[in-house]
Amino acid sequence: MEDLFNGLQQALALILDGDSETWQITLLSLQVSGVALAFSTLIGIPLGALLGLRSFQGRRLVIALIYTGMGFPPVVIGLLVYLLLSRAGPLGFLGWLFTPSAMILAQTIISFPLVAGFTMAAVMSVDPALRTQVTSLGASTMQTTFAILWEARTGVIISVIAGFGGIISEVGAVMLVGGNIQGSTRVLTTAIVLETRRGRFDLALALAFILLAIMFAINLLILRLQGKLD
Amino acid sequence: MSMRHRIVLLVMLMLFIGGCGATNSPRGAIPNAHAPAIVRLATTTSTADSGLLEVILPAFEQQYNARVEVIAVGTGQALKLGENGDADVVLVHARSHEDAFVAKGLGINRRNVMYNDFVLVGPVTDPAGIAGMPLAAEAFQTIADTAATFASRGDDSGTHSKELTIWHSIGITPTAELNWYQSLGQGMGETLITANEQLAYTLADRGTYLALRDNLPNLTIVVGGETIEDNHDPALLNPYSVILVNPERYPDIQAELAEQLAAWLVTDETQAQIATFGIDAYGQPLFFPGMAQ
Repeated sequence: MEDLFNGLQQALALILDGDSETWQITLLSLQVSGVALAFSTLIGIPLGALLGLRSFQGRRLVIALIYTGMGFPPVVIGLLVYLLLSRAGPLGFLGWLFTPSAMILAQTIISFPLVAGFTMAAVMSVDPALRTQVTSLGASTMQTTFAILWEARTGVIISVIAGFGGIISEVGAVMLVGGNIQGSTRVLTTAIVLETRRGRFDLALALAFILLAIMFAINLLILRLQGKLD
Repeated sequence: MSMRHRIVLLVMLMLFIGGCGATNSPRGAIPNAHAPAIVRLATTTSTADSGLLEVILPAFEQQYNARVEVIAVGTGQALKLGENGDADVVLVHARSHEDAFVAKGLGINRRNVMYNDFVLVGPVTDPAGIAGMPLAAEAFQTIADTAATFASRGDDSGTHSKELTIWHSIGITPTAELNWYQSLGQGMGETLITANEQLAYTLADRGTYLALRDNLPNLTIVVGGETIEDNHDPALLNPYSVILVNPERYPDIQAELAEQLAAWLVTDETQAQIATFGIDAYGQPLFFPGMAQ
């Protein structure tokens, strides 16, 4: 209990005192997961719409792969990305390993199946009559897709929240491909692991409270947005 | 503004927030007029988590206009990073693994940097009755005989490798079938926390144990004594070496800076700094310079 209280107190102190390292770690977490989420939104929403609205050969296989990806352990994605980016691996020449770019790549791979999967489910639950109606009004395929995505917007927004939640709190992959390097690739989750390992439980909790606050704030923001959209 | 525009705006905002800032710089994030060269040091959690490197490395970074990126992992993983050319230099503690690393041509120029010792910690109640035994092997034998719970790192780290060496010295090969032997596959901190909860014995490096001691009320040192002088078992010594990744295998690595760092670690000034680290916080040094006697 004492640790919990100290953690909360220290979290407030770290934020209010403007501790530069804490700010830098927090900002990097937001940057890495924000860029990864932007990429996975750009890939995931069109892919989810395609899978939900079109039938084509291999569709079931792709859906099975997406569902597998949704439940895949991030640390395995991390391991695959590590092997890819290692100097001994095929993309070693990029020099991405142990940089934020490697973390963004791993987190994009982790989150796009979440966005695609939930988007697909959302567009599939839209009344098929709408599609017929819109098409009969002379809408192009693109316009129909947008109309259905719009109708399914609550589900699409949830897919983006799920994608974000899956990566901002993820530790296995970013630890492996980022290396938790101070001042360069240390993010909130890897810093929490480090401080726990060091026995500084209160500091670990303080960072956890910051992470919690971020997730809470983003969920509030999105729910608010959703309220306006309805 | 229509709702659709709002969503587009939100996505653009996300891209903007992500895009600005340091995520694009290839190695490291600190801008500098004379960008410092970066050397990557893969090391064990015990050296990094103790805070030693944070104290000593700034002097090197200043002197050589370099930035040392420390990647703290288990010894097994650190050597693997070296083997794959993902680190320029490694600082590890598992002599048999190190010798194999150099023998295979993966690393060169092994240097002894410092040492400390392992201690056997266990429940204050000491169910196996081993407190005060001088030798770890004897205590391990009694733990096996009495089937007292033992928590193993089980993660191919330097500490795990040392633990296995002790078991082998008394002819025991721990397996999952032994219900008193728990292979956790975790780091030192996690293993100590587990041992504290499960009232198990475990082998720990003294530094990590001292750092976590306040959070481990159920544990105490049973073999190894309060300081390294009270440790009467030479088998519990824990030497650390620095090894350069063989630059012939990876021409792109920072071979010169890595050599400078390794050489700097064994200079008199650095060694003197290592000798005093930890005295303020723990009343005893956590590392001793040079080679274990």
